[in-house]
Amino acid sequence: MAANPPLSPEARAARTRWLLLAPAIAILIFAASGPLLITLVYSFLTPGDFGGIEWELSINGWFNVFAQRDIFTDELGWSDAHLSIFWRSVKLSLMTTALCLFFGLPTAYFIATRPKKSRDFWMLLIIIPFWTNLLIRTFAIMELIRNEGTINTVLLWLGVIDAPIQMLFTEFSILVGMAYVYLPLMVLPVYASMERLDFSLVEAGYDLYATRLKVLRRVILPLVKPGIIAGSILVFVPSLGAYVTPRVMGGGNQLMIGNLIELQFGQGRNWPLGAALSITLLAIVMVALVFYVRAAGADSKKDGPHG
Amino acid sequence: MAERGFNIKKQTGFGTIAITCFVLLYLPIILLVIYSFNAGQSIAIWEGFSLRWYVSAWGNQQVQDATIRSLVIALWAAGISTAVAVMAALATTRTRSFKGQTAVFGLINQPLMVPEIVTAVALLIFFAMIKVATGYTGLFYLIIAHSAFCIPFAYLPIRARLMGMDLSLEQAAADLYASPWQVFRRVTLPQLWPGILAGAMLAFVISLDTVVITEFVKSAGQDTLPTYMLGQLRRVITPEINAISTVLLGISVLMVIAFTLLSKIRN
Repeated sequence: MAANPPLSPEARAARTRWLLLAPAIAILIFAASGPLLITLVYSFLTPGDFGGIEWELSINGWFNVFAQRDIFTDELGWSDAHLSIFWRSVKLSLMTTALCLFFGLPTAYFIATRPKKSRDFWMLLIIIPFWTNLLIRTFAIMELIRNEGTINTVLLWLGVIDAPIQMLFTEFSILVGMAYVYLPLMVLPVYASMERLDFSLVEAGYDLYATRLKVLRRVILPLVKPGIIAGSILVFVPSLGAYVTPRVMGGGNQLMIGNLIELQFGQGRNWPLGAALSITLLAIVMVALVFYVRAAGADSKKDGPHG
Repeated sequence: MAERGFNIKKQTGFGTIAITCFVLLYLPIILLVIYSFNAGQSIAIWEGFSLRWYVSAWGNQQVQDATIRSLVIALWAAGISTAVAVMAALATTRTRSFKGQTAVFGLINQPLMVPEIVTAVALLIFFAMIKVATGYTGLFYLIIAHSAFCIPFAYLPIRARLMGMDLSLEQAAADLYASPWQVFRRVTLPQLWPGILAGAMLAFVISLDTVVITEFVKSAGQDTLPTYMLGQLRRVITPEINAISTVLLGISVLMVIAFTLLSKIRN
C-alpha cells in the first residue's frame, strides 16, 4: 500500500466506492445484464435442429413474432396464434389491474382510516401474502375453483348445481388467479398515498355540500392518483410477464406471452424466436415503466416539491 | 348531509369491499392449510384430522432432496447477495452523486424491472453456453442466478437503514483518527445489523420462493421445492402438496414478522 503514489482524497473515495461496488456489479453483469445482451444477439440467429442455435444471422426470429408464412402456399400473413396470445396477455393484464383496483382501493382506504394503532395489523395482513410464495398462493386459489375443489363441492352438496362448473383452465381462472396473487401490489402503494391524505380537505368538500361520491371523485381520487398509477403499473407489469399463474390456472390451453416464450425453448425448439419474444415483452414493459415515470414526474411537478 | 355523527371518513361500500377483500385473500390460504391435515385423499372433502400427509411428505425422498437443495441455494444466495449489497449500499449512501450512478442503480434494480421469465430465458441461454463449454452442471448456476436476483431485495432495506443513520458518530470516529475500516467495524456495523439481518432474511425468502428462474436454469435432477411442486401439479393432487405448502407458508410468515420487528428497531 505504501508504494502507491499518494492519491487525492476525492480519487481515493472514488476508488473505494468502485471497489465496494465491484462484487455486486460483477454478479449482476454475469447473471442479469450480460445474459440479456446475449439474448438480444440470439434473437438474430438461426434455430438449431434440436434446440440451441446455429451461428448464422437471420431475422426470422423477429419476423415470426408477429408474422408467418403459410406452409402450403408460402403466402405471407399475420401470425394469428401469436397475435391472439399477445392480445390475451394485454387484455387479461388490464382486467387484472382493474380488478385489483376495484378491491385494492377501498381496502387501502379502509386501512388508512383505521385508528393509527391497528393500521400496522391490517397492513401486516396485506404484507404476509405479498411475501408468500406466489406458487403456493396460485395453488391455493386453484384448489378453491377446480372441479373437485371447495366451491364446486359445496355447490354440489347444497344442490345448487348437478355437475361441477368448469372454472379452471379458462381465461376466467387466469384472471382470478392473477388478481389474487398481485392484489397486495396494488394495496401497498395506494395505501402509501392514502396514509398522507389530508382529511381536512375531505371535510371542506362536505362543508361545500358535496355528496360522498363527489368527494371521492373530486377530492380523494385526485389526491391519491400517484398511488393508483404506481399500483396499476406494479400489477400490470408482472401480469403481462406472468408465467406460473397462467400455466397453473390455464393448464396449457390458454397461453400468455410468458408461456409462449417457454414453448420456444421446449417443444418449439426455436430459441431465436423465444429470444425475440422475450425482448418484445421486455420492450412493452419498458414502455409501461417510462409511461409511469412520466406520469409520476408530471404529477410531482404539478403538486410542487411536497406533492 | 348534516345528520348527527356524520363520519367524513366513511365511503359507502368501501368497508364491505375491504372486508370481502381480506376474506378472499385469506380464505384460499386457510383452506389450503386446513386440508393439509385431512385424513382423506381429497382437498375438498374433510375426513378427519391426521398428520399422514406430513409424514408422507417427510418420507418422500424427492421432497427431502428438494428441501435440502432449496435451503442450500437460499443460504448461499442470501449470504452472497447480502454481503455484496452491504458493500454496494455503503458505496452509494456515504457519497455525493457520482458519475455512473444512474447506471449502477439501474443495474442493481434490474431484477425488479425485467420480467422474471425474460431473466430466466436469458440465463438459460447464457448458462447453456457455459455448460456446453465447460461440462460443469452443478449447483453454481442456480446459486449465482439466485444471488443476482436477490441483490435488490437485500440492498433496499440495508440502504434504507444506512440513510436513516446519524452520520455524526462516523464523523466523530474519523476525527479521532479511526481508519475507514475501524469506523465501519466499530461504529457503522453495530448500528447497521438490523438492516443487514432484514436484507438477508428477505433475500432468503425470495430465493426460497423463486420458481421461474430455477425452472429454466436447473439441470436434470436439480429440483427445488417450488419446481418440484410445479411438476406435481400435472399429476393427481393429494394433500401432500398442501402439507409442503403449509411448511413453506409457515417459514414465510415467521420471516415477515421477524422482518417487520427488525425494521422497527431504532438506533
